[in-house]
Amino acid sequence: MSPRVVFPNKILPYLLVAPQLAITLVFFYWPASQALRQSMLREDPFGLSSKFVWFANFKKVLSDPNYLNSIQVTAVFSIATAAVAMGTALLLAVMAEKVIRGRGVYRTLMIWPYAVAPAIAGMLWLFLFNPSIGSLAYGLRWLGINWDPLLDGEQAMVLVVAAASWKQISYNFLFFVAGLQAIPKTLIEAAAIDGAKPFKRFWTIVFPLLAPTTFFLLVVNTVYAFFDTFGIIHAVTGGGPGKATETLVYKVYNDGFVNLILGDSAAQSVILMVIVIALTAVQFRYVEKKVHYG
Amino acid sequence: MATVDLKDVKKVYPGGVEAVKGVSIAIPDKELCVLVGPSGCGKSTLLRMIAGLETISAGTCSIDGKVVNAIGPTERDIAMVFQNYALYPHMKVYDNMAYGLRNRGMPKDEIDKRVRTTAETLELAHLLERRPRELSGGQRQRVAMGRAIVRSPKVFLFDEPLSNLDAKLRGQMRVEIKSLQRKLGVTSVYVTHDQLEAMTLADVLVVMNAGLVEQLGAPLDIYEKPASTFVASFIGAPPMNLLPLRSGQLEGAVSLPAIPANAATIGFRPEDCEVGADGAASEGGLRLMARVLGVEPVGAESFLYCEAAGGRIVVRVPGRTAVAVGDQLPVLARREKVHFFGSDGKRV
Repeated sequence: MSPRVVFPNKILPYLLVAPQLAITLVFFYWPASQALRQSMLREDPFGLSSKFVWFANFKKVLSDPNYLNSIQVTAVFSIATAAVAMGTALLLAVMAEKVIRGRGVYRTLMIWPYAVAPAIAGMLWLFLFNPSIGSLAYGLRWLGINWDPLLDGEQAMVLVVAAASWKQISYNFLFFVAGLQAIPKTLIEAAAIDGAKPFKRFWTIVFPLLAPTTFFLLVVNTVYAFFDTFGIIHAVTGGGPGKATETLVYKVYNDGFVNLILGDSAAQSVILMVIVIALTAVQFRYVEKKVHYG
Repeated sequence: MATVDLKDVKKVYPGGVEAVKGVSIAIPDKELCVLVGPSGCGKSTLLRMIAGLETISAGTCSIDGKVVNAIGPTERDIAMVFQNYALYPHMKVYDNMAYGLRNRGMPKDEIDKRVRTTAETLELAHLLERRPRELSGGQRQRVAMGRAIVRSPKVFLFDEPLSNLDAKLRGQMRVEIKSLQRKLGVTSVYVTHDQLEAMTLADVLVVMNAGLVEQLGAPLDIYEKPASTFVASFIGAPPMNLLPLRSGQLEGAVSLPAIPANAATIGFRPEDCEVGADGAASEGGLRLMARVLGVEPVGAESFLYCEAAGGRIVVRVPGRTAVAVGDQLPVLARREKVHFFGSDGKRV
């Protein structure tokens, strides 16, 4: 590593980080502190006054069976979305490596879905699988599957997971392709000469060398599944049927903006923030240890 | 323990480019064959075809008497040392060496024994727990060698293994590779563009150019009797002096040996020249006047870059020299050290 150049200016460094700090303060710390304050307040039914109640909102939220259900839904949804999105993307990226003719076109086509807005993506899937008008729903019923995500919670979950991961596949694909390209071809050849069959080569050479990419995507996909899937869920199921697809972030919206229980909603968003920070910390603390950066 | 036989091997790439245009080489058991040539001559492609990393478009490649055209690299029982070493960066040195053995389902204690003995031979024993990036270039090179040796394959393939090392280390490893290959008695194919490596390592030397074999034989035979102007200018450093003949004469020559009828080029090596007073060398030999353009003293010898007979020549003189730029001096070459080539570049 080349030695760091140090400029002996006392004020300039602070000036240089000031814009970044200002943005973080205004758009993250201030709203976060507001959420924290709000989570300890209780509004009267008409929104005219509020009372400081300490942790009462948290107690209420954490003892609410609907909230516990929502945690479970989020866990299932996030794990499934991240797994499907990353698994499919990796498979497609490995396949794309083998494409010789029209590689560029193929890759471009693969990346397009990322440009589709979440709500639109949700609508696409909704139309395809709508029990009354969806063309694919028709096909499923023809296959003898009793397809009705408007009534069946599990089917609704499958649908939102499919829509959410479909949207993320292209992003993951892009990173996996780049990651695969960064692995020197001679390593694969050396492994072939060393007697490793294709499948073994993948698991013992390619996959470990992709670990930095995979780890990065794991963090990004978890955060995506937690936060950025609101639009899809809103468009496809609206959290239903019942509360089968009501994730934490969807419940924050529902309780705060639809039911106007601001204190509960704020408490939930604080909990959600803590969960995501904890998850990311765990990923960096434990998973990253298994990653080799070349 | 194996022979390698190439019979009229060709490689045509999908775009129609012919990288190897029909090469036949028979490498006897336990011998080291060096493929040498300029970049793009097809030597690496040929090596990769022996390895099974490239398909063979036409002709056959046999290892140990068995045609391996349709067999993948995994089953050919060969080992290859790559130019960039291709060590697995996420594995320790030990695992790098053990990988090939594990893939072949060897028992654990046998693997351990083999890896440790090989590491011992290559002085790698203290590095087994390190990862490739914690090693120096020379050490990485050794690990790459170790990974090949530990498997005791039928054939070793070397793809310019020393070109990433500094000059001193390269010389050292060259000697080591040679003695290891001798000791292990494994048939080897070695690709390089360095004529010094080629000369010193080869039992069988193959000079390639533009997808074809220019000359095949023992290194010193090739040095003494280059089959073409290409080989003459490729083997030997500095290369052989080549001067054009016009209607059987060399302009500016004081005396000439008998020139074969169809010769178009005359050649003599810088180290076969004598400078100054004419002695025995001039008996029926070549003698011409040269004007010195540059002098390069390298210690044990000096190189004189001269202009003579309408061309440029290099003359090697031992030790220091008093010759200065601008001097006119007579250059002599013995009759038996003068080579002639036809208009097609072939030796006559």
